[in-house]
Amino acid sequence: MLELIAYCIIGIGLAFDIFGAVGLVRLPDIYNRAQAATKCVTLGTCMIVLGVFLWALGADNGAMAVRAVLCGAFVLVTSPVAAHAICRGAYISGVPLWEGSVVDEFKQRAQEVRNQQAAEQGAQEGEEAQAS
Amino acid sequence: MSFFMVAFIVLTFCSGLCLYRIGRGPTAPDRTIAIDILGTLVVGFCCMMALWTGQDYYMNIAIAWALISFVGTLALAKYLEGRPYDA
Repeated sequence: MLELIAYCIIGIGLAFDIFGAVGLVRLPDIYNRAQAATKCVTLGTCMIVLGVFLWALGADNGAMAVRAVLCGAFVLVTSPVAAHAICRGAYISGVPLWEGSVVDEFKQRAQEVRNQQAAEQGAQEGEEAQAS
Repeated sequence: MSFFMVAFIVLTFCSGLCLYRIGRGPTAPDRTIAIDILGTLVVGFCCMMALWTGQDYYMNIAIAWALISFVGTLALAKYLEGRPYDA
């Protein structure tokens, strides 16, 4: 019974993986791609891991079940953080939004960050000039 | 065709779409996000291998892969942040 539930959950997870990968190819700009792919593929992989966990419970394999829980927790924590970091880096380095985008709330803050980076770089160059 | 063959074909198809985006992607962040997604897919691949073979060391590979892929992606993201955009 647990095995059957595990296979059903893995099947749903694989469907989510397909949706995420298709979104990665079809959507128009980096921000759309990032949100589609990251959410769908994270959920899909977590469901595969959950299926492995249920299967291991059914097969009475405790070591595998614990590892599956750990693996799912790591994926669930790290994948959205990584996608957020990439999108922030993309915006600050100036990748343009899709022309159909409606709201851009990060504009001012990104400009502040860029100014700060430029100031730090200027200070570093000044120190180097003094040193030489 | 067994359940596992279908699962492996689906995961390989998704990896192929990610590879398309890595090769084609117009900007560097596109490629970076595709690499991140590919890492997450490989974790799913390792889990399916663990189920198929019944060997639990594949789960160790999955855990290590998830963590190392995260560190690599963060390093790439910090690198992108300090660098002006060029196509």
